[in-house]
Amino acid sequence: MISSPLHVRHLELGARMAPFAGWNMPIQYCGIVAEHKAVRESGGIFDISHMGEFEVVGAEAVTWLNGLLTNDLNSLSDGEGQYTLMLNPSGGVIDDLIAYRISSDRFFLVVNAAKIEEDRDWLESHLVSGIGFVDRSMDFGAVAVQGPAVTAAWNRMELDRPLPKRNGISEYEDGVVVCRTGYTGEDGFELFAPVDAIGPWFDRFVDEGVSPAGLGARDTLRLEKCYPLNGSDLDAEHTPLEAGLGSFVKLDKDTDFVGRDVIVSQKKEGLKQHLAAIAMTGKAPPIRHGYEVRDPDGKIVLGKLCSGSLSPSLGRGIGLAYLDAEDCRPGTRVSVTVRERAFPAEIVKKPFI
Amino acid sequence: MNVPDHLYFSESHEWVDPAIPEAAVVGISDHAQAELTDVVYLELPEVGTSVSKGEAIAVVESVKAANDIYAPVSGEIVEVNGALAEGPEPVNEDPYGEGWMIKVRLADAGEVEGLMNAAAYRETIS
Repeated sequence: MISSPLHVRHLELGARMAPFAGWNMPIQYCGIVAEHKAVRESGGIFDISHMGEFEVVGAEAVTWLNGLLTNDLNSLSDGEGQYTLMLNPSGGVIDDLIAYRISSDRFFLVVNAAKIEEDRDWLESHLVSGIGFVDRSMDFGAVAVQGPAVTAAWNRMELDRPLPKRNGISEYEDGVVVCRTGYTGEDGFELFAPVDAIGPWFDRFVDEGVSPAGLGARDTLRLEKCYPLNGSDLDAEHTPLEAGLGSFVKLDKDTDFVGRDVIVSQKKEGLKQHLAAIAMTGKAPPIRHGYEVRDPDGKIVLGKLCSGSLSPSLGRGIGLAYLDAEDCRPGTRVSVTVRERAFPAEIVKKPFI
Repeated sequence: MNVPDHLYFSESHEWVDPAIPEAAVVGISDHAQAELTDVVYLELPEVGTSVSKGEAIAVVESVKAANDIYAPVSGEIVEVNGALAEGPEPVNEDPYGEGWMIKVRLADAGEVEGLMNAAAYRETIS
């Protein structure tokens, strides 16, 4: 198991550690609910050193990446980024990622920790001459600094490093990369630094009053915003259209891309399933991954939760499940089965908050 | 970790206060609540249920996981702490007081002797 460059700090802060994607990562420090609220109300800092970073260089980098990713990189200027997906030939998701254009011939990709190898193998198997691909995942330690108070904290630090605008990227001379993105729905940024340099960065944010937050809160924060988790909400069998991510799939771009024909025919024939947002309507136990979604009487199984949690912001259970299209209209009454008992729930509009 | 001297403990971290055998009080230890982290939901058994030692009788849930609570002794459940259904915070904040879970009429008061006393329990969690 890999230890993050912030490992000693996590132990000093009393974090509960657990394996995640081959890394020993902090799940929580003082408590998931408190950490969640800190991010929503002021600021939190997450260790995301496990995330993968790739660099793609070459004059034809846009064309090459556009053939492997669903969004259109032509719409980016220098210093801008976009959420995008990498599909298999059946239109299923290999990974969801953020692609940043540093310059016209240099791109920075941030991918999921659990998918680094698969992504790298896939991209390398499609390499063409003139494209340089480097997996820089082990070069960087990284933190996500998220919440309404974190840009003020950044400014107080007087770093003389202006933050990039929303979804943008800034690269500094010391090898630090800052991206104005996150996975919580709050303003904030992800900071990637050479492994030896990430510790002092973490300390500076904590000194500025940003609360350490673990992967537990990261999961509840992203679920409230309906940001999908690859491996749970996204998989090789479901297309981005079914996952509700059609706006990140650009069929009109000037490049064909892997999986496109399946997307086109799915669009023509209509979707049989959607990733629906489900909220509990009464008092119920927390709902979790794998629990069954059934009709209101709890008799007919409609699907299974691919994500589920208590929402700390709403105080009720929320989840996502692939359901047949006719069961997905907001307001549709369903139930979620917990320990053989059906608890009332309904389909709601995304996101939850 | 707080381990009061007058209580008895099971290996699965429940405590029993057998002072009144007709209504012995059961909850989970300070160590257990700390391991579970923030309890957000608690499912307690019905009053009148007969339970056997070692049987799963309640479910305690944190944001991250659901965990069973096991009967540390056999008997009939004569009372449950209904206040915890409204807000389970006392399980974390006061596990030996307001966080008590059930009261059991002991089927065999001698069964308590088979549990760990406070000193023995301190050993297991140290």
